[in-house]
Amino acid sequence: MGKTLYEKVWEAHEIRKLRSGQSQLFIDLHLLHEVTSPQAFGMLKDLGLRVRYPHRTFATVDHIVPTHDRTEPFQDPLAQNMLEALRQNTREHGITFFDLGSGNQGIVHVIGPQLGLTQPGMTIACGDSHTSTHGAFGAVAFGIGTSQVRDVLATQTLAAQKLKVRRINIEGKLAPGVYAKDVILHIIRHLGVKGGLGYAYEYGGSAVEAMDMESRMTLCNMSIEGGARIGYVNPDETTFAYLEGRPYSPKRAEWEEAKKRWRSFASDPDARYDDVVTFRAEDIPPTVTWGINPGQAVPIDGRIPLLEELPEEERPLAEEALAYMGLKPGQPIKGVPIQVAFIGSCTNARLSDLREVAHYLKGHKVKRGVRALVVPGSEWVAKKAEEEGIAEIFREAGFEWRNPGCSMCLAMNPDRLQGDELAASSSNRNYKGRMGSPRGRTVLMSPLMVAAAAVAGETADAREVFGIGR
Amino acid sequence: MLEKFTTIRGRAVPLRGEDIDTDRIIPARFMKVLTFEGLGQYLFYDERFDERGNPKPHPLNDPRYQGASILLVEAGFGSGSSREHAPQAIKRAGFKALIGESFAEIFFGNATAIGLPCVTLAPEDLTVLFQAVEADPSLEVEVDLVNKEVRFGGRTAPLSIPEAAREALVEGLWDPIGELLQAGELLDEFDRRLPYPRRSG
Repeated sequence: MGKTLYEKVWEAHEIRKLRSGQSQLFIDLHLLHEVTSPQAFGMLKDLGLRVRYPHRTFATVDHIVPTHDRTEPFQDPLAQNMLEALRQNTREHGITFFDLGSGNQGIVHVIGPQLGLTQPGMTIACGDSHTSTHGAFGAVAFGIGTSQVRDVLATQTLAAQKLKVRRINIEGKLAPGVYAKDVILHIIRHLGVKGGLGYAYEYGGSAVEAMDMESRMTLCNMSIEGGARIGYVNPDETTFAYLEGRPYSPKRAEWEEAKKRWRSFASDPDARYDDVVTFRAEDIPPTVTWGINPGQAVPIDGRIPLLEELPEEERPLAEEALAYMGLKPGQPIKGVPIQVAFIGSCTNARLSDLREVAHYLKGHKVKRGVRALVVPGSEWVAKKAEEEGIAEIFREAGFEWRNPGCSMCLAMNPDRLQGDELAASSSNRNYKGRMGSPRGRTVLMSPLMVAAAAVAGETADAREVFGIGR
Repeated sequence: MLEKFTTIRGRAVPLRGEDIDTDRIIPARFMKVLTFEGLGQYLFYDERFDERGNPKPHPLNDPRYQGASILLVEAGFGSGSSREHAPQAIKRAGFKALIGESFAEIFFGNATAIGLPCVTLAPEDLTVLFQAVEADPSLEVEVDLVNKEVRFGGRTAPLSIPEAAREALVEGLWDPIGELLQAGELLDEFDRRLPYPRRSG
């Protein structure tokens, strides 16, 4: 019987069993950001410990950085303090830090892959739930809490419990105007936000094999919204082609050796899965959320469900969601007025996302009264987008072109919704209050659908707004 | 020596709602801090207070539940962000244990690692417990991790918790750092053997 990638990576990194029955797992790559790390360094200090293998930890600043004016000191002294703490901690412990203006600063889940830090067969941990993003490369990558950040800093290991593996096949060809974001929203809509509890998700099938790396990252990114702490795609030629020549990728003689090793981690054809689910790519529509969790979603040309159409146990949450969103059961999801359009986040702020939107946005204008923001995922993405004329297309259309960071996705910086504003957003969470206003509302969708909503001034079908596939 | 959690006794506060995410438990704007101290006051802040800071009706604002040390929740509690600030805020607000139908994994791991037990009950038992606590806020609830049961008002319901977490809590091994450090040279061996990203060329 063959093994899954998850099992192979686990076996290669399991140091020993702990007394509790958990395993001590070695972490190849540790990523840090400013929000979940300062307390960990504090704990380390209290225990009189040092960072054991600083060459395995890399840091950047993303959550709290202002995207409009990055002049220091920031207007928010708390944000400035967090940046200073990270500078101090990384300096003191000899950790590589991609600071503002270094050319490599950006959202931690954008820069890891972009720099070639993220590699197949690795275990990767970061104090951030969207660490699952790195699974796109065939890594076992997951979010951890701050006490565990301390554990990794001090020992490069974690106490961990092995998960089951669910294979999710997407077979066929995605329709024009349908993206990885729609695929993952569709999966979560059908398997539920708790569906992935206890599982790592392995994504495969012809539609996933056909995806480029950045689409695979979007897919793996939102595994956590489906309840799965880990999501991954087996490494293949697409993976290797993406990694070749990146600053931290293996070079020359090591490259062929690395590819051989990486390939060996891919799930065996006869691997045993704890569960298998298959979706037809052709059945996946552009998908948008209507509620307060990412599973409350419908096709853009669909209606919000009637309460009686939902299983009884889902009705109380649906009622709560509709009251919060100011929407009605049975209402079409298309045509809901928006006040904000946000393109950004670790889900969808990579160069290919911006390129795709710019291709269709050219010549269109953001509707008067809509505040539209594009926040590139990293300094490198921003630079490339300027060079390729993408930034100019966004500005020309009426988008504000900002500096890289997490921005409005979780609003720890000055970018936030006001009052009960409704945002069309390419981010990952439509939770109550997520975008910085306790009454603010979020409708999740692909970046192109955000652009369509920005142009229409309301939730809209990008295929209609931009004449795709017609 | 770490505290050994065998039995947790106290009154319970019923917090209804499925899939309560960590952004609701502790909104992101309260995370611009360098320590976890004082986070307890921001627990469920936007659910408990309006935009002017006036209290809203919420179980945590209800005087009948003041001093409760067990938090009763429904399914999917702690979903979303991996922020340890969420269980830290719960613990620092005075809670010693959570009883629910199910917990998100990262939340569960973070809670266990700071000595905050999260146990689950079968849905029908949880329903009875919710009703009992709502009917009588002074009801004493006992979470017994040794005998794996929850006791209240003369009833006993079997609890579930992953065995490794239960073992860790009962034996005082819930903070793994000491044991992880003991791996010593094994760590160096793995560091030598497994590749890490190097800048070259």
